[in-house]
This record gives sequence, structure tokens and C-alpha cells, in this order.
Amino acid sequence: MKAFASAALALLLAGLAAVLAWTVTRPVTPGRDVPALIAGALDVSGVSHPVTAVLLNFRGYDTLLELVVLLIALAGVRCLAPLPPPRGSAPVGGVLRELASLLLPVLVLVAVYLLWAGATRPGGAFQGGALLAAAGILALLAGRDRFLWRLEHRLWPLACLGVAVFLAVAAGTLAAGGVLLGLPSAHAGTLILVIEGFALLSIAVTLVALFLGTGELEDRDP
Amino acid sequence: MTGQALYAVLGCGLFCLGFHALVVAAHPLRRLLAVNVMGSSVFLVLVAGAAPGDPLPQALVITGIVVAVAATALGLNLLLRLAVPAAADEPADGEGGS
Repeated sequence: MKAFASAALALLLAGLAAVLAWTVTRPVTPGRDVPALIAGALDVSGVSHPVTAVLLNFRGYDTLLELVVLLIALAGVRCLAPLPPPRGSAPVGGVLRELASLLLPVLVLVAVYLLWAGATRPGGAFQGGALLAAAGILALLAGRDRFLWRLEHRLWPLACLGVAVFLAVAAGTLAAGGVLLGLPSAHAGTLILVIEGFALLSIAVTLVALFLGTGELEDRDP
Repeated sequence: MTGQALYAVLGCGLFCLGFHALVVAAHPLRRLLAVNVMGSSVFLVLVAGAAPGDPLPQALVITGIVVAVAATALGLNLLLRLAVPAAADEPADGEGGS
């Protein structure tokens, strides 16, 4: 009976795969030429990389709500009761500690570079934020808990900063031009950089906090 | 079949593999991984199915990846809470808890 059920399931899923494959390989009726529209409006977007222009200008609403999703996930994690602290955690080795102190400045520098590069080439707040979060997690694993303990005390202000700045810009554009997130082309580049800078910080802090989860920090600094 | 269409078809196969694991697997961690595979397959179809160099699906996929990471982190934290036995869940020293 069980073999029959799994065979039936496999057959059904193979059928689903076939239908999906047929669907995605069908020719698409040409609609509006979106790449050309984006390329045409790139001059007024404030950045020269089309993906960044879409993320922060043309579809800025998506990115704003994406930051809100991160915040909601963080709120969900912080709502959980804290786990009991792990027993018998090994002391941090000297190699890891030295490696972390070598790598941390480089990681922070590359994260900021990625943010800056996002205007003209692949990069941006999310890539930089992921890298900065990796730096934070490395610091956590290398036992630099005191820094992260301080961070945890300012967790919510730091995590909300990105959304707050984004909302402030949205409110400003609504008041000035009447269009929500319709960035004026003269200042679009600066505004995008400001939004991305604060978003980078908030994304990194949120990702580190999500990695930390509900576990409470132990002070392992010597 | 062009290379791009092949990737889109592979994405469909990956979606069904992930769905199979979601239905069959009993362990919640496997189910979470299955949902992640399904999400990644959707990203693959989105990017492979778009016109070459179209920035709009790329931007959507970046957004989707971040949302997937956030959802996975929430799911893993919930799993950790589930994995801790209830007996070990009592607050040790009268502080905290309800």
C-alpha cells in the first residue's frame, strides 16, 4: 500500500513537472519591452546599474516592504522564549581569534565597497549587508561577545533604522512631489546612497540577530 | 532547446523534487530544506525564463532571496525551540518565563 502511494505520488509529481516544463518553454507573447523602458529611464534614476535602479527607485516599494519582512522575522524570533544556554561550550581558539581580527576589517571594507559599487555595477545594500552580517557572525564565533552584547542592547533602534530612513524619504518625496518614493532625479543618487547605507546597517544587524536567535549571549571575552 | 530554456525546465524539475521531499519527509528540518529548494527553483525559473539582461527579474529574485533567508531563519529558530525537550525548558532561577 505504501509502495503504491509513493509510486502514485511520484507519477503525479512527474506529471506536474511535465506541465510546468511545458508552461515555461512556451513562447511569451511580447508585451511592453521592460528592459528597454528601464534602460530609457536609467538617466533619471540616479544610478547607472539597472538592477539597483529597479530595486531602489522604480520598485522602491518592494525593497521597503522587504526590509519590513526582515523586521517581522526578527520580531518573530525575538518573541520566542530564550533557549537554555548550551552546556560546555569550548573556549575560542587563538587561531580563530587572530584570523577574525585580520578578516574583520577587510570584511567591513568590502561590505562598504559593495554598497558604493552598487550604483554602477553589481552590488548594493543587500550584498553588502550580507557580508557585514558575515563579519558580525565571525566576530560572534571568535568570542567577541562584548561587542555583540553592546549591539544587542541597541538591537531594535539599529534594526529599525533602515525602514525608518526609507519611510522618511518616502514621506519627503510624497510631501515634495506628490508621488510616494518618486525620487527627484537631481537628488536620486544621493537619496539612494543614504537609503542603502542605513539599509546596509539594518540588514546586517538583523541577520546577525536572526543567527543569534533566542540564545542568550555568554560573556566569553578573556 | 536553448540553454536558458533548459535552466527553466531544470527549475521545474527542482520544484517537483522539493515538493516531493516536502510531502514525504517527516522531519521538520527536511521540510524546511524542501521549501528552500522549492523557493530556489522558482528563482531559477524567474531568471532563466526572462529575456537576457532583463534587470527586473534579477531585482525580484534578490528581494526573494532576502525574504527566503528571513523566513528560513525564523523557521530554524522555531525548530530549535521544538527540539529542546520540555523538561529542560523550565527557567533555572525563578527569573523570566511565565
